[in-house]
Amino acid sequence: MDSTFLVLEPGSFTTVQDAGRRGYQKLGVPLSGAADEYAFRVANLLAGNRPNAAVLEMTVVGCTLATLKPAWVAVTGAEAEVKKNSAKKTTWSGFAVEPGDVLRMDKVRKGCRLYLGVSGGIDVPEVMASRSTSAQAGFGGYKGRALRKGDFLSTGGQSRSAQVHSEVPREFVPELSSKMVLRCLPGPQAEFFHSRGEELFASEYRVTTQADKRGIRLEGPPLEHASDSPGGVLSEPSLPGNIQVPGDGSPIVLLREQTVGGYAKVATVITSDLWRLGQAAPGDRIRFRAVDRETAASLRVEMLRRLEELERRLQEE
Amino acid sequence: MRLESQATDTPRYRESGDGGLLVELGDRIDWTLNARTRRLALLLERRALPGVVEIVPAYCSFLILFEPETLDLERLKAEIDDLFPGLDDSGEKEPEASGQVVEIPVCYGGDFGPDLASVAQHNGLSPEEVIRIHSSGTYPVYMLGFAPGFPYLGGLDERIATPRLDTPRSHVPAGSVGIAGSQTGIYPLASPGGWRLIGRTPLTLFDSTAEDPVPYYRPGDSLRFVAVSQEEFNRLLRERDHG
Repeated sequence: MDSTFLVLEPGSFTTVQDAGRRGYQKLGVPLSGAADEYAFRVANLLAGNRPNAAVLEMTVVGCTLATLKPAWVAVTGAEAEVKKNSAKKTTWSGFAVEPGDVLRMDKVRKGCRLYLGVSGGIDVPEVMASRSTSAQAGFGGYKGRALRKGDFLSTGGQSRSAQVHSEVPREFVPELSSKMVLRCLPGPQAEFFHSRGEELFASEYRVTTQADKRGIRLEGPPLEHASDSPGGVLSEPSLPGNIQVPGDGSPIVLLREQTVGGYAKVATVITSDLWRLGQAAPGDRIRFRAVDRETAASLRVEMLRRLEELERRLQEE
Repeated sequence: MRLESQATDTPRYRESGDGGLLVELGDRIDWTLNARTRRLALLLERRALPGVVEIVPAYCSFLILFEPETLDLERLKAEIDDLFPGLDDSGEKEPEASGQVVEIPVCYGGDFGPDLASVAQHNGLSPEEVIRIHSSGTYPVYMLGFAPGFPYLGGLDERIATPRLDTPRSHVPAGSVGIAGSQTGIYPLASPGGWRLIGRTPLTLFDSTAEDPVPYYRPGDSLRFVAVSQEEFNRLLRERDHG
């Protein structure tokens, strides 16, 4: 038996993901990939993997795995109880599992998604150069679907070094909250909206249960289209973070399974805040704040430097 | 503020977050405009500017996905402004000639077309007339999107335009051919959907297992639907499955 894990309980929606499937959007193929890219990258750092190694992405309720081969694992992302047999383990830390160990990730307490990094990476065939699952399209990852009880998972082939790590310094673990502020650039169709969409930045929205990898539907004060606005747009390509507003005025923030849209987009969450969207759970409160391109650029550089710094610190362990 | 209803003299730029730039050449469904859009996207792709991740064309616009820390946005716009005036001279005088006519065999009706009767009824036609009208059209492929290999087609005869289902189906089989409003299209892969299904094609329109999937048709091509019998459908399906 070549497998590393047997799925005892699949969790509510667990899929294999890497950084995403780039270069095929013009064919209608969505990006997919880890919704919280920061947690994804750190899970692989701890597991000694290449940055794009495949992980398990769990949603709200995590999975339970029986270990069949020795491995080094790390769970990052949301706040949740992690257990190795009866022993409690902390998230954002790496530890060994041996054959017979039961690894259990239960219901998330804060945030939305958990990431399991394993030494060697989750070994599934690449589809269009990526191991990400598009459950919507039905391909990629583990047979194009969420995990089920009884599935076997293999690992390997995606290590970077033999060096694995156990601790992430506290300052590199993000604070999760049920209230979040997402910074945005206005547009692409800000002027389709009353007062150029300024109302978006003055309101508080609640994440509804209509939230998945396609997008997050929000509830709150409806956003009015401008009186002379065409309303929608001709179908045009979209990207993660676009905030589109159908006629009913309720914004939908797009995630990673959408390729085109016909609704006007009032604003777009900046790339360095996208990971927060990956941790937005039903009931969470969201406010949006407008920033300019220079601010977005410097926040992005800061995020990339942070990951580099973390990598350096881990290597000094 | 309204968008101009004519093609623009220069491209219009709209930022889509800090990692995207939408380039608009107009705001309507028009085959010549679409050809210019695709042409400009292709020329830009060939410039291979550092930091450009992908270029995704649509009806009359395209989205450039880029890495903000690598790409110079002003330089990108300058390159596009530079390419724009030369567009009409770059051999795109006959947009219809730039693509091919691609035939799609369709078995209409029966189990493959559960909504054929409702399309007929809605339009005061017989099912046979619906099939005749649908299969005598030529449908330009403007773009792909929404789902892998899903074509945005023009050219549906208004006589068979029919609103979507009030309640979408949770499962539409792969290869289904349908009508939604003034649009017709094909579902290359199974998915939920609210289209009125009138037939099915046995062709594999999108092969996700190929290392570099080439869809059966590209933007710039035109589709023709060719009615085939159930026997022919089965034969084509066997041929497909056994290579």
